[in-house]
Amino acid sequence: MTARARWTKPAAMVDPALHAQSQVLELAQPLALDGGQQLGGVRVAYETYGQLNAARSNAVMIFHALTGDQCVASPHPITGKPGWWVRMVGPGKPIDTDRFFVICANVLGGCYGSTGPASAGPDGQPYAMRFPVITIRDMVRAQVGVLDAFGIEQLHAVVGGSMGGMQALSFAANWPERTRAALVIASTARHSAQNIAFHEVGRQAIMADPKWKSGDYYGGGKGPENGLAVARMAAHITYLSEEGMHEKFGRKLQDRTEKTFGFDADFQVESYLRHQGLSFTDRFDANSYLYITRAMDYFDLAEEHGGRLADAFRASKARFCLVSFDTDWLYPTVESRTIAHALNAAGAPVSFVELSAPFGHDSFLLDVPALDRVIEGFLKQ
Amino acid sequence: MTALRPDLAVIAANVAPGSRVLDIGCGDGALLAALRDGKQVDARGMELDPHDVAECVAKGLSVMQGDADTDLVDYPDATFDYAILSQTLQTTKRPDKVLDELLRVGRKAFVSFPNFGHWRVRASLLWHGRMPVTRLLPVAWYETPNIHHVTVSDFRDLVAAKHLTVEGAWFLSGDKRISDAAASWRAEHAVFLLSR
Repeated sequence: MTARARWTKPAAMVDPALHAQSQVLELAQPLALDGGQQLGGVRVAYETYGQLNAARSNAVMIFHALTGDQCVASPHPITGKPGWWVRMVGPGKPIDTDRFFVICANVLGGCYGSTGPASAGPDGQPYAMRFPVITIRDMVRAQVGVLDAFGIEQLHAVVGGSMGGMQALSFAANWPERTRAALVIASTARHSAQNIAFHEVGRQAIMADPKWKSGDYYGGGKGPENGLAVARMAAHITYLSEEGMHEKFGRKLQDRTEKTFGFDADFQVESYLRHQGLSFTDRFDANSYLYITRAMDYFDLAEEHGGRLADAFRASKARFCLVSFDTDWLYPTVESRTIAHALNAAGAPVSFVELSAPFGHDSFLLDVPALDRVIEGFLKQ
Repeated sequence: MTALRPDLAVIAANVAPGSRVLDIGCGDGALLAALRDGKQVDARGMELDPHDVAECVAKGLSVMQGDADTDLVDYPDATFDYAILSQTLQTTKRPDKVLDELLRVGRKAFVSFPNFGHWRVRASLLWHGRMPVTRLLPVAWYETPNIHHVTVSDFRDLVAAKHLTVEGAWFLSGDKRISDAAASWRAEHAVFLLSR
Protein backbone atom coordinates (compact mmCIF):
# COMPACT_ATOMS: atom_id res chain seq x y z
CA MET A 1 0.00 0.00 0.00
CA THR A 2 1.45 3.32 -0.97
CA ALA A 3 -0.14 5.59 1.60
CA ARG A 4 -2.57 5.44 4.45
CA ALA A 5 -4.13 8.39 6.15
CA ARG A 6 -7.14 9.36 8.17
CA TRP A 7 -9.80 11.16 6.26
CA THR A 8 -10.92 14.57 7.42
CA LYS A 9 -14.20 15.98 6.27
CA PRO A 10 -14.20 18.58 3.48
CA ALA A 11 -14.45 22.11 4.83
CA ALA A 12 -17.50 22.84 2.73
CA MET A 13 -19.62 20.52 4.84
CA VAL A 14 -20.95 21.06 8.33
CA ASP A 15 -19.22 20.77 11.66
CA PRO A 16 -17.41 17.46 11.97
CA ALA A 17 -18.40 16.44 15.47
CA LEU A 18 -17.81 12.87 14.48
CA HIS A 19 -14.64 11.53 12.97
CA ALA A 20 -14.49 9.12 10.12
CA GLN A 21 -12.56 5.96 10.87
CA SER A 22 -11.93 5.12 7.23
CA GLN A 23 -8.53 4.25 5.84
CA VAL A 24 -7.40 6.18 2.80
CA LEU A 25 -5.31 4.69 0.03
CA GLU A 26 -3.50 6.92 -2.44
CA LEU A 27 -3.20 5.12 -5.77
CA ALA A 28 0.39 4.95 -7.01
CA GLN A 29 -0.59 5.21 -10.67
CA PRO A 30 -2.83 7.78 -12.34
CA LEU A 31 -6.27 6.43 -13.28
CA ALA A 32 -6.88 6.19 -17.02
CA LEU A 33 -10.48 7.41 -17.20
CA ASP A 34 -13.08 6.42 -19.79
CA GLY A 35 -13.28 10.11 -20.75
CA GLY A 36 -9.67 9.91 -21.93
CA GLN A 37 -8.03 11.83 -19.12
CA GLN A 38 -5.42 10.61 -16.67
CA LEU A 39 -6.34 11.43 -13.08
CA GLY A 40 -3.33 11.49 -10.78
CA GLY A 41 -3.14 11.43 -6.99
CA VAL A 42 -6.40 9.54 -6.61
CA ARG A 43 -7.32 8.76 -3.03
CA VAL A 44 -9.78 6.03 -2.13
CA ALA A 45 -11.34 5.97 1.35
CA TYR A 46 -12.51 2.56 2.50
CA GLU A 47 -13.60 0.52 5.49
CA THR A 48 -12.97 -3.15 6.16
CA TYR A 49 -14.67 -5.64 8.44
CA GLY A 50 -13.50 -9.12 9.42
CA GLN A 51 -10.13 -10.72 8.73
CA LEU A 52 -8.45 -11.41 5.40
CA ASN A 53 -7.36 -15.06 5.45
CA ALA A 54 -3.83 -16.20 4.60
CA ALA A 55 -4.83 -17.26 1.08
CA ARG A 56 -6.51 -13.86 0.60
CA SER A 57 -9.51 -15.72 -0.77
CA ASN A 58 -12.33 -14.66 1.55
CA ALA A 59 -12.78 -11.04 0.52
CA VAL A 60 -16.17 -9.63 -0.39
CA MET A 61 -16.34 -6.18 -1.94
CA ILE A 62 -19.51 -4.20 -1.36
CA PHE A 63 -20.25 -1.26 -3.65
CA HIS A 64 -22.38 1.54 -2.30
CA ALA A 65 -25.29 3.36 -3.95
CA LEU A 66 -25.53 6.97 -5.19
CA THR A 67 -25.65 8.73 -1.83
CA GLY A 68 -24.10 5.90 0.15
CA ASP A 69 -20.63 5.71 1.62
CA GLN A 70 -18.01 3.26 2.82
CA CYS A 71 -19.51 3.09 6.32
CA VAL A 72 -21.49 -0.01 5.49
CA ALA A 73 -21.62 -1.29 9.07
CA SER A 74 -20.11 1.49 11.15
CA PRO A 75 -21.65 4.75 12.36
CA HIS A 76 -22.05 7.46 9.77
CA PRO A 77 -19.30 10.07 10.23
CA ILE A 78 -21.70 13.01 10.05
CA THR A 79 -25.13 11.83 11.15
CA GLY A 80 -23.90 9.25 13.65
CA LYS A 81 -26.60 6.86 12.38
CA PRO A 82 -25.80 3.13 12.12
CA GLY A 83 -24.10 1.96 8.90
CA TRP A 84 -26.40 1.79 5.89
CA TRP A 85 -26.26 -2.02 5.65
CA VAL A 86 -25.62 -2.90 9.27
CA ARG A 87 -28.57 -5.26 9.09
CA MET A 88 -26.79 -7.27 6.39
CA VAL A 89 -23.09 -7.02 7.32
CA GLY A 90 -21.61 -8.19 10.60
CA PRO A 91 -20.75 -11.27 12.67
CA GLY A 92 -23.31 -14.00 11.97
CA LYS A 93 -25.23 -11.80 9.54
CA PRO A 94 -25.97 -12.72 5.90
CA ILE A 95 -22.66 -11.14 4.85
CA ASP A 96 -20.85 -12.76 7.73
CA THR A 97 -17.77 -10.89 8.89
CA ASP A 98 -16.73 -13.92 10.96
CA ARG A 99 -16.18 -15.61 7.62
CA PHE A 100 -15.60 -12.87 5.07
CA PHE A 101 -13.24 -9.93 4.85
CA VAL A 102 -15.60 -7.19 3.76
CA ILE A 103 -14.30 -4.13 1.92
CA CYS A 104 -16.38 -1.08 1.04
CA ALA A 105 -14.85 2.00 -0.56
CA ASN A 106 -16.22 5.44 -1.20
CA VAL A 107 -16.68 5.88 -4.96
CA LEU A 108 -14.46 8.07 -7.08
CA GLY A 109 -16.26 11.41 -7.33
CA GLY A 110 -17.73 10.95 -3.87
CA CYS A 111 -17.49 13.18 -0.82
CA TYR A 112 -16.48 10.79 1.96
CA GLY A 113 -12.74 10.82 1.55
CA SER A 114 -12.26 9.51 -1.97
CA THR A 115 -11.10 11.94 -4.63
CA GLY A 116 -14.00 13.98 -5.96
CA PRO A 117 -14.90 17.49 -7.05
CA ALA A 118 -14.39 18.85 -3.51
CA SER A 119 -10.83 17.48 -3.41
CA ALA A 120 -7.83 19.68 -4.11
CA GLY A 121 -6.56 19.50 -7.66
CA PRO A 122 -2.88 19.78 -8.63
CA ASP A 123 -2.96 23.54 -7.98
CA GLY A 124 -4.17 23.07 -4.43
CA GLN A 125 -7.63 24.47 -5.20
CA PRO A 126 -10.77 22.30 -5.15
CA TYR A 127 -11.42 20.70 -8.53
CA ALA A 128 -15.08 21.78 -8.54
CA MET A 129 -16.26 21.54 -12.17
CA ARG A 130 -12.70 21.00 -13.38
CA PHE A 131 -13.04 17.46 -12.06
CA PRO A 132 -13.27 15.13 -15.06
CA VAL A 133 -16.60 13.48 -15.85
CA ILE A 134 -16.27 9.90 -14.64
CA THR A 135 -18.08 6.63 -15.34
CA ILE A 136 -19.20 3.66 -13.29
CA ARG A 137 -16.22 1.76 -14.74
CA ASP A 138 -13.89 4.53 -13.54
CA MET A 139 -15.31 4.14 -10.03
CA VAL A 140 -14.60 0.41 -10.21
CA ARG A 141 -11.07 1.06 -11.53
CA ALA A 142 -10.29 3.08 -8.42
CA GLN A 143 -11.61 0.31 -6.18
CA VAL A 144 -9.63 -2.37 -8.02
CA GLY A 145 -6.67 -0.30 -6.82
CA VAL A 146 -7.68 -1.12 -3.24
CA LEU A 147 -7.76 -4.85 -4.05
CA ASP A 148 -4.31 -4.57 -5.61
CA ALA A 149 -3.03 -2.85 -2.49
CA PHE A 150 -4.31 -5.73 -0.36
CA GLY A 151 -2.85 -8.29 -2.78
CA ILE A 152 -6.31 -9.76 -3.36
CA GLU A 153 -6.28 -11.41 -6.76
CA GLN A 154 -9.76 -12.84 -6.63
CA LEU A 155 -12.74 -11.88 -4.53
CA HIS A 156 -15.19 -14.38 -3.09
CA ALA A 157 -17.91 -12.03 -4.34
CA VAL A 158 -18.84 -8.52 -5.35
CA VAL A 159 -22.12 -7.26 -3.94
CA GLY A 160 -24.10 -4.12 -4.67
CA GLY A 161 -27.56 -2.62 -4.73
CA SER A 162 -28.74 0.11 -7.12
CA MET A 163 -25.63 2.01 -8.31
CA GLY A 164 -23.65 -0.53 -6.30
CA GLY A 165 -25.18 -3.21 -8.52
CA MET A 166 -23.99 -1.33 -11.61
CA GLN A 167 -20.47 -1.37 -10.19
CA ALA A 168 -20.76 -5.09 -9.39
CA LEU A 169 -21.83 -5.75 -12.99
CA SER A 170 -19.06 -3.56 -14.36
CA PHE A 171 -16.53 -5.34 -12.16
CA ALA A 172 -17.67 -8.80 -13.26
CA ALA A 173 -17.69 -7.76 -16.92
CA ASN A 174 -14.40 -5.86 -17.02
CA TRP A 175 -12.33 -7.74 -14.42
CA PRO A 176 -13.77 -11.22 -15.00
CA GLU A 177 -10.87 -13.07 -13.35
CA ARG A 178 -11.14 -11.13 -10.16
CA THR A 179 -14.36 -12.41 -8.65
CA ARG A 180 -15.97 -15.80 -8.22
CA ALA A 181 -19.47 -14.40 -7.77
CA ALA A 182 -21.53 -11.27 -8.33
CA LEU A 183 -24.68 -10.36 -6.44
CA VAL A 184 -26.64 -7.54 -8.05
CA ILE A 185 -29.69 -6.14 -6.26
CA ALA A 186 -32.33 -3.71 -7.55
CA SER A 187 -30.09 -2.56 -10.37
CA THR A 188 -29.85 -2.24 -14.12
CA ALA A 189 -27.38 -2.75 -16.98
CA ARG A 190 -28.19 0.66 -18.39
CA HIS A 191 -29.88 3.87 -17.35
CA SER A 192 -33.26 4.35 -19.02
CA ALA A 193 -34.58 7.63 -20.40
CA GLN A 194 -36.75 7.93 -17.30
CA ASN A 195 -33.75 7.36 -15.01
CA ILE A 196 -31.76 10.03 -16.84
CA ALA A 197 -34.73 12.38 -16.77
CA PHE A 198 -35.09 12.24 -12.99
CA HIS A 199 -31.36 12.82 -12.57
CA GLU A 200 -31.49 15.79 -14.90
CA VAL A 201 -34.22 17.36 -12.75
CA GLY A 202 -31.90 17.04 -9.76
CA ARG A 203 -28.89 18.46 -11.55
CA GLN A 204 -30.85 21.40 -12.91
CA ALA A 205 -32.16 22.15 -9.42
CA ILE A 206 -28.58 22.34 -8.13
CA MET A 207 -27.30 24.38 -11.05
CA ALA A 208 -30.25 26.80 -10.83
CA ASP A 209 -29.35 27.63 -7.23
CA PRO A 210 -27.42 30.98 -7.29
CA LYS A 211 -25.19 29.63 -4.54
CA TRP A 212 -23.92 26.92 -6.87
CA LYS A 213 -21.73 29.58 -8.59
CA SER A 214 -20.80 27.27 -11.46
CA GLY A 215 -19.51 24.83 -8.89
CA ASP A 216 -17.11 27.24 -7.18
CA TYR A 217 -18.86 27.39 -3.83
CA TYR A 218 -16.12 25.77 -1.74
CA GLY A 219 -14.27 27.71 0.91
CA GLY A 220 -16.82 30.38 1.68
CA GLY A 221 -20.29 30.17 3.15
CA LYS A 222 -22.95 27.71 2.19
CA GLY A 223 -23.16 25.82 -1.04
CA PRO A 224 -26.29 25.29 -3.17
CA GLU A 225 -28.24 23.72 -0.32
CA ASN A 226 -31.67 24.62 -1.66
CA GLY A 227 -30.89 23.15 -5.05
CA LEU A 228 -29.38 20.01 -3.56
CA ALA A 229 -32.38 19.59 -1.26
CA VAL A 230 -34.78 19.79 -4.21
CA ALA A 231 -32.63 17.26 -6.11
CA ARG A 232 -32.85 14.91 -3.15
CA MET A 233 -36.61 15.41 -2.82
CA ALA A 234 -37.20 14.49 -6.46
CA ALA A 235 -34.90 11.49 -6.22
CA HIS A 236 -36.39 10.34 -2.94
CA ILE A 237 -39.80 9.97 -4.57
CA THR A 238 -38.30 7.49 -6.99
CA TYR A 239 -36.95 5.37 -4.13
CA LEU A 240 -40.40 4.76 -2.63
CA SER A 241 -43.39 2.91 -3.98
CA GLU A 242 -46.68 4.66 -4.65
CA GLU A 243 -48.37 2.18 -2.36
CA GLY A 244 -45.78 2.67 0.40
CA MET A 245 -46.11 6.44 0.21
CA HIS A 246 -49.87 6.20 0.35
CA GLU A 247 -49.74 3.95 3.39
CA LYS A 248 -47.24 6.12 5.21
CA PHE A 249 -48.68 9.54 4.43
CA GLY A 250 -51.92 9.30 2.51
CA ARG A 251 -53.34 12.81 2.50
CA LYS A 252 -52.64 13.32 6.18
CA LEU A 253 -51.91 16.88 7.30
CA GLN A 254 -48.77 17.86 9.18
CA ASP A 255 -49.33 19.17 12.75
CA ARG A 256 -52.60 20.80 11.83
CA THR A 257 -56.24 19.94 11.48
CA GLU A 258 -57.09 22.01 8.42
CA LYS A 259 -55.45 23.16 5.24
CA THR A 260 -53.91 26.62 5.55
CA PHE A 261 -54.65 27.85 2.04
CA GLY A 262 -50.98 28.67 1.75
CA PHE A 263 -47.77 27.03 0.61
CA ASP A 264 -46.44 25.85 3.91
CA ALA A 265 -45.96 22.09 4.22
CA ASP A 266 -49.61 21.27 4.87
CA PHE A 267 -49.28 17.62 4.00
CA GLN A 268 -47.14 15.13 5.86
CA VAL A 269 -45.58 13.97 2.63
CA GLU A 270 -44.39 17.52 1.93
CA SER A 271 -42.92 17.88 5.38
CA TYR A 272 -41.21 14.49 5.05
CA LEU A 273 -39.68 15.34 1.68
CA ARG A 274 -38.49 18.75 2.89
CA HIS A 275 -36.84 17.07 5.85
CA GLN A 276 -35.21 14.47 3.59
CA GLY A 277 -33.94 17.23 1.31
CA LEU A 278 -32.55 19.45 4.03
CA SER A 279 -30.90 16.72 6.07
CA PHE A 280 -29.25 15.46 2.89
CA THR A 281 -27.45 18.77 2.43
CA ASP A 282 -25.68 18.18 5.75
CA ARG A 283 -24.08 15.05 4.47
CA PHE A 284 -23.55 15.42 0.74
CA ASP A 285 -21.62 17.64 -1.61
CA ALA A 286 -23.68 19.09 -4.47
CA ASN A 287 -20.93 18.76 -7.08
CA SER A 288 -20.44 15.10 -6.10
CA TYR A 289 -24.15 14.65 -6.72
CA LEU A 290 -23.73 16.10 -10.23
CA TYR A 291 -20.75 13.88 -11.08
CA ILE A 292 -22.13 10.65 -9.64
CA THR A 293 -25.55 11.01 -11.26
CA ARG A 294 -23.77 11.72 -14.57
CA ALA A 295 -21.75 8.54 -14.22
CA MET A 296 -24.95 6.57 -13.66
CA ASP A 297 -26.61 8.15 -16.70
CA TYR A 298 -23.64 7.20 -18.86
CA PHE A 299 -23.84 3.59 -17.69
CA ASP A 300 -24.73 1.16 -20.48
CA LEU A 301 -22.91 -2.12 -20.08
CA ALA A 302 -23.98 -3.46 -23.47
CA GLU A 303 -22.75 -0.34 -25.26
CA GLU A 304 -19.31 -0.88 -23.68
CA HIS A 305 -19.23 -4.35 -25.21
CA GLY A 306 -20.28 -3.87 -28.80
CA GLY A 307 -23.99 -3.50 -28.16
CA ARG A 308 -24.73 -7.04 -26.96
CA LEU A 309 -25.14 -7.40 -23.23
CA ALA A 310 -24.34 -11.12 -23.35
CA ASP A 311 -20.91 -10.26 -24.80
CA ALA A 312 -20.12 -8.28 -21.65
CA PHE A 313 -20.03 -11.54 -19.72
CA ARG A 314 -18.29 -13.86 -22.24
CA ALA A 315 -15.04 -13.96 -20.27
CA SER A 316 -16.68 -14.34 -16.87
CA LYS A 317 -16.62 -17.58 -14.95
CA ALA A 318 -18.41 -16.08 -11.97
CA ARG A 319 -21.73 -17.15 -10.50
CA PHE A 320 -24.35 -14.43 -10.68
CA CYS A 321 -27.42 -13.69 -8.63
CA LEU A 322 -29.88 -10.94 -9.55
CA VAL A 323 -32.58 -9.72 -7.23
CA SER A 324 -35.38 -7.27 -7.98
CA PHE A 325 -38.35 -6.03 -5.98
CA ASP A 326 -41.93 -6.01 -7.21
CA THR A 327 -42.58 -2.42 -6.06
CA ASP A 328 -39.33 -0.94 -7.44
CA TRP A 329 -40.26 1.28 -10.37
CA LEU A 330 -36.85 2.98 -10.57
CA TYR A 331 -35.04 -0.20 -11.66
CA PRO A 332 -37.98 -2.50 -12.24
CA THR A 333 -37.84 -6.28 -12.49
CA VAL A 334 -37.57 -6.23 -16.27
CA GLU A 335 -34.08 -4.68 -15.95
CA SER A 336 -32.82 -7.53 -13.77
CA ARG A 337 -34.51 -10.05 -16.04
CA THR A 338 -32.73 -8.55 -19.06
CA ILE A 339 -29.38 -9.02 -17.32
CA ALA A 340 -30.29 -12.57 -16.31
CA HIS A 341 -31.21 -13.45 -19.89
CA ALA A 342 -27.92 -12.04 -21.17
CA LEU A 343 -26.03 -14.10 -18.60
CA ASN A 344 -27.97 -17.19 -19.64
CA ALA A 345 -27.11 -16.51 -23.26
CA ALA A 346 -23.45 -16.22 -22.22
CA GLY A 347 -23.72 -19.56 -20.43
CA ALA A 348 -23.02 -18.11 -16.99
CA PRO A 349 -24.47 -19.72 -13.87
CA VAL A 350 -27.18 -17.26 -12.95
CA SER A 351 -30.04 -17.02 -10.51
CA PHE A 352 -32.74 -14.41 -10.68
CA VAL A 353 -35.56 -13.72 -8.26
CA GLU A 354 -38.15 -10.99 -7.89
CA LEU A 355 -38.93 -10.53 -4.21
CA SER A 356 -42.11 -9.04 -2.87
CA ALA A 357 -41.57 -6.03 -0.60
CA PRO A 358 -43.60 -2.87 -0.04
CA PHE A 359 -40.74 -0.35 0.08
CA GLY A 360 -40.05 0.29 -3.61
CA HIS A 361 -36.44 0.72 -4.71
CA ASP A 362 -35.29 1.21 -1.10
CA SER A 363 -36.32 -2.37 -0.31
CA PHE A 364 -32.72 -3.51 -0.66
CA LEU A 365 -31.80 -1.41 2.38
CA LEU A 366 -34.77 -2.36 4.53
CA ASP A 367 -36.25 -5.30 6.38
CA VAL A 368 -36.91 -7.93 3.71
CA PRO A 369 -36.16 -11.33 5.29
CA ALA A 370 -36.29 -13.11 1.92
CA LEU A 371 -33.39 -10.95 0.73
CA ASP A 372 -31.35 -12.00 3.77
CA ARG A 373 -31.95 -15.65 2.88
CA VAL A 374 -30.95 -15.15 -0.75
CA ILE A 375 -27.77 -13.22 0.10
CA GLU A 376 -26.71 -15.64 2.82
CA GLY A 377 -27.39 -18.67 0.63
CA PHE A 378 -25.67 -17.24 -2.42
CA LEU A 379 -22.53 -16.22 -0.53
CA LYS A 380 -22.35 -19.46 1.44
CA GLN A 381 -21.24 -21.45 -1.60
CA MET B 1 -30.52 -35.97 1.50
CA THR B 2 -34.24 -36.60 1.75
CA ALA B 3 -35.79 -39.15 -0.59
CA LEU B 4 -36.88 -37.77 -3.94
CA ARG B 5 -40.47 -37.99 -5.13
CA PRO B 6 -40.81 -41.24 -7.16
CA ASP B 7 -41.01 -39.57 -10.59
CA LEU B 8 -37.98 -37.41 -9.74
CA ALA B 9 -36.08 -40.50 -8.57
CA VAL B 10 -36.71 -42.09 -11.99
CA ILE B 11 -35.41 -38.96 -13.73
CA ALA B 12 -32.40 -38.67 -11.41
CA ALA B 13 -31.50 -42.31 -12.11
CA ASN B 14 -31.59 -41.78 -15.87
CA VAL B 15 -29.70 -38.52 -16.32
CA ALA B 16 -26.15 -39.04 -17.61
CA PRO B 17 -23.43 -37.93 -15.18
CA GLY B 18 -21.76 -34.61 -15.94
CA SER B 19 -24.52 -33.43 -18.26
CA ARG B 20 -26.18 -30.01 -18.46
CA VAL B 21 -29.73 -29.96 -17.13
CA LEU B 22 -32.54 -27.40 -16.98
CA ASP B 23 -35.35 -28.29 -14.57
CA ILE B 24 -38.43 -26.23 -15.43
CA GLY B 25 -40.71 -25.83 -12.44
CA CYS B 26 -37.91 -27.00 -10.17
CA GLY B 27 -39.73 -26.18 -6.92
CA ASP B 28 -37.36 -26.07 -3.96
CA GLY B 29 -34.56 -27.58 -6.06
CA ALA B 30 -34.59 -31.09 -4.57
CA LEU B 31 -33.94 -32.81 -7.93
CA LEU B 32 -31.33 -30.26 -9.02
CA ALA B 33 -29.44 -30.58 -5.75
CA ALA B 34 -29.52 -34.38 -6.04
CA LEU B 35 -28.22 -34.22 -9.63
CA ARG B 36 -25.50 -31.73 -8.75
CA ASP B 37 -24.33 -33.65 -5.69
CA GLY B 38 -24.82 -37.19 -6.99
CA LYS B 39 -23.97 -36.89 -10.68
CA GLN B 40 -21.85 -33.73 -10.99
CA VAL B 41 -24.51 -32.29 -13.25
CA ASP B 42 -24.44 -28.61 -14.29
CA ALA B 43 -27.91 -28.07 -12.87
CA ARG B 44 -30.05 -25.03 -13.69
CA GLY B 45 -33.65 -24.36 -12.82
CA MET B 46 -36.69 -22.25 -13.58
CA GLU B 47 -39.42 -21.68 -11.03
CA LEU B 48 -42.42 -19.36 -10.79
CA ASP B 49 -42.69 -19.13 -7.00
CA PRO B 50 -40.20 -16.58 -5.55
CA HIS B 51 -40.07 -18.38 -2.21
CA ASP B 52 -38.97 -21.55 -3.94
CA VAL B 53 -36.40 -19.61 -6.00
CA ALA B 54 -34.97 -18.13 -2.81
CA GLU B 55 -34.82 -21.63 -1.35
CA CYS B 56 -32.91 -22.84 -4.43
CA VAL B 57 -30.44 -19.94 -4.27
CA ALA B 58 -29.88 -20.77 -0.60
CA LYS B 59 -28.97 -24.30 -1.77
CA GLY B 60 -26.39 -22.80 -4.10
CA LEU B 61 -28.38 -23.62 -7.24
CA SER B 62 -28.67 -21.40 -10.30
CA VAL B 63 -32.38 -20.82 -10.69
CA MET B 64 -34.29 -18.22 -12.67
CA GLN B 65 -37.69 -17.03 -11.63
CA GLY B 66 -39.80 -17.55 -14.70
CA ASP B 67 -42.81 -19.09 -16.38
CA ALA B 68 -42.60 -22.21 -18.54
CA ASP B 69 -45.22 -20.76 -20.91
CA THR B 70 -43.35 -17.54 -21.66
CA ASP B 71 -39.75 -17.55 -20.48
CA LEU B 72 -38.19 -20.59 -22.17
CA VAL B 73 -37.87 -18.54 -25.36
CA ASP B 74 -35.00 -16.65 -23.73
CA TYR B 75 -32.75 -19.71 -23.70
CA PRO B 76 -30.61 -20.36 -26.78
CA ASP B 77 -31.09 -23.58 -28.78
CA ALA B 78 -29.59 -26.83 -27.46
CA THR B 79 -28.20 -25.16 -24.33
CA PHE B 80 -28.88 -28.28 -22.27
CA ASP B 81 -28.46 -32.03 -22.59
CA TYR B 82 -31.78 -32.48 -20.78
CA ALA B 83 -34.75 -30.23 -20.19
CA ILE B 84 -36.90 -31.56 -17.36
CA LEU B 85 -40.57 -30.74 -16.84
CA SER B 86 -41.92 -32.61 -13.85
CA GLN B 87 -45.57 -32.35 -12.78
CA THR B 88 -45.88 -29.06 -14.62
CA LEU B 89 -47.06 -29.86 -18.17
CA GLN B 90 -50.71 -30.10 -17.08
CA THR B 91 -50.52 -26.59 -15.57
CA THR B 92 -49.20 -24.80 -18.65
CA LYS B 93 -51.41 -22.82 -21.02
CA ARG B 94 -50.07 -24.53 -24.14
CA PRO B 95 -48.48 -27.88 -23.30
CA ASP B 96 -47.77 -28.59 -26.98
CA LYS B 97 -45.73 -25.39 -27.36
CA VAL B 98 -43.96 -25.96 -24.06
CA LEU B 99 -42.98 -29.41 -25.36
CA ASP B 100 -41.54 -27.80 -28.50
CA GLU B 101 -39.54 -25.39 -26.35
CA LEU B 102 -38.24 -28.21 -24.15
CA LEU B 103 -36.81 -29.99 -27.16
CA ARG B 104 -35.40 -26.76 -28.53
CA VAL B 105 -33.42 -25.77 -25.41
CA GLY B 106 -32.62 -29.40 -24.53
CA ARG B 107 -31.41 -32.20 -26.78
CA LYS B 108 -33.63 -34.53 -24.77
CA ALA B 109 -36.57 -33.88 -22.49
CA PHE B 110 -37.92 -35.63 -19.43
CA VAL B 111 -41.64 -35.00 -18.97
CA SER B 112 -43.55 -36.32 -15.99
CA PHE B 113 -47.24 -35.81 -15.34
CA PRO B 114 -50.15 -37.25 -13.32
CA ASN B 115 -52.21 -39.66 -15.41
CA PHE B 116 -55.79 -38.44 -15.55
CA GLY B 117 -56.71 -41.81 -17.09
CA HIS B 118 -56.04 -43.66 -13.82
CA TRP B 119 -58.91 -46.00 -12.91
CA ARG B 120 -59.89 -43.95 -9.86
CA VAL B 121 -60.35 -40.90 -12.00
CA ARG B 122 -62.32 -42.88 -14.55
CA ALA B 123 -64.46 -44.43 -11.81
CA SER B 124 -65.20 -41.08 -10.26
CA LEU B 125 -66.40 -39.69 -13.55
CA LEU B 126 -68.31 -42.84 -14.48
CA TRP B 127 -70.09 -43.49 -11.18
CA HIS B 128 -70.40 -40.04 -9.70
CA GLY B 129 -70.28 -37.88 -12.80
CA ARG B 130 -67.80 -35.59 -11.06
CA MET B 131 -64.27 -34.49 -11.62
CA PRO B 132 -62.25 -36.53 -9.16
CA VAL B 133 -60.57 -35.28 -6.00
CA THR B 134 -58.00 -37.96 -5.17
CA ARG B 135 -54.84 -38.33 -3.11
CA LEU B 136 -52.73 -37.18 -6.05
CA LEU B 137 -55.25 -34.68 -7.42
CA PRO B 138 -56.46 -33.19 -4.16
CA VAL B 139 -57.86 -29.89 -5.43
CA ALA B 140 -61.40 -29.27 -6.70
CA TRP B 141 -61.87 -28.51 -10.40
CA TYR B 142 -62.41 -24.77 -9.90
CA GLU B 143 -59.17 -24.10 -8.05
CA THR B 144 -56.81 -26.73 -9.41
CA PRO B 145 -53.67 -25.47 -11.17
CA ASN B 146 -54.07 -28.48 -13.50
CA ILE B 147 -55.77 -26.85 -16.44
CA HIS B 148 -54.98 -29.52 -19.05
CA HIS B 149 -56.07 -32.96 -17.94
CA VAL B 150 -53.85 -35.34 -19.87
CA THR B 151 -53.84 -39.15 -19.90
CA VAL B 152 -51.02 -41.49 -20.84
CA SER B 153 -52.85 -42.24 -24.10
CA ASP B 154 -53.36 -38.52 -24.85
CA PHE B 155 -49.68 -37.88 -24.34
CA ARG B 156 -48.65 -40.79 -26.57
CA ASP B 157 -50.90 -39.33 -29.30
CA LEU B 158 -49.26 -35.90 -28.96
CA VAL B 159 -45.78 -37.44 -29.12
CA ALA B 160 -46.77 -39.36 -32.27
CA ALA B 161 -48.34 -36.31 -33.90
CA LYS B 162 -45.13 -34.35 -33.30
CA HIS B 163 -43.00 -37.24 -34.61
CA LEU B 164 -40.98 -37.29 -31.42
CA THR B 165 -38.93 -40.28 -30.34
CA VAL B 166 -39.74 -41.94 -27.02
CA GLU B 167 -36.35 -42.92 -25.61
CA GLY B 168 -37.79 -44.19 -22.38
CA ALA B 169 -41.08 -44.37 -20.50
CA TRP B 170 -41.68 -45.19 -16.84
CA PHE B 171 -45.07 -45.65 -15.22
CA LEU B 172 -45.59 -45.47 -11.50
CA SER B 173 -48.23 -46.26 -8.92
CA GLY B 174 -46.86 -44.85 -5.71
CA ASP B 175 -43.22 -45.85 -6.07
CA LYS B 176 -44.00 -49.15 -7.88
CA ARG B 177 -43.37 -49.58 -11.62
CA ILE B 178 -46.42 -50.42 -13.75
CA SER B 179 -46.07 -52.27 -17.05
CA ASP B 180 -46.48 -50.33 -20.28
CA ALA B 181 -49.55 -52.35 -21.18
CA ALA B 182 -51.40 -51.52 -17.95
CA ALA B 183 -50.11 -47.95 -17.71
CA SER B 184 -53.12 -46.26 -19.25
CA TRP B 185 -55.45 -47.21 -16.38
CA ARG B 186 -53.10 -48.24 -13.54
CA ALA B 187 -50.34 -45.61 -13.62
CA GLU B 188 -50.71 -42.65 -11.29
CA HIS B 189 -47.66 -40.97 -12.79
CA ALA B 190 -45.92 -41.20 -16.14
CA VAL B 191 -42.34 -40.21 -16.97
CA PHE B 192 -41.28 -39.92 -20.62
CA LEU B 193 -37.82 -39.31 -22.04
CA LEU B 194 -38.20 -37.72 -25.46
CA SER B 195 -35.98 -36.57 -28.30
CA ARG B 196 -36.56 -35.23 -31.78
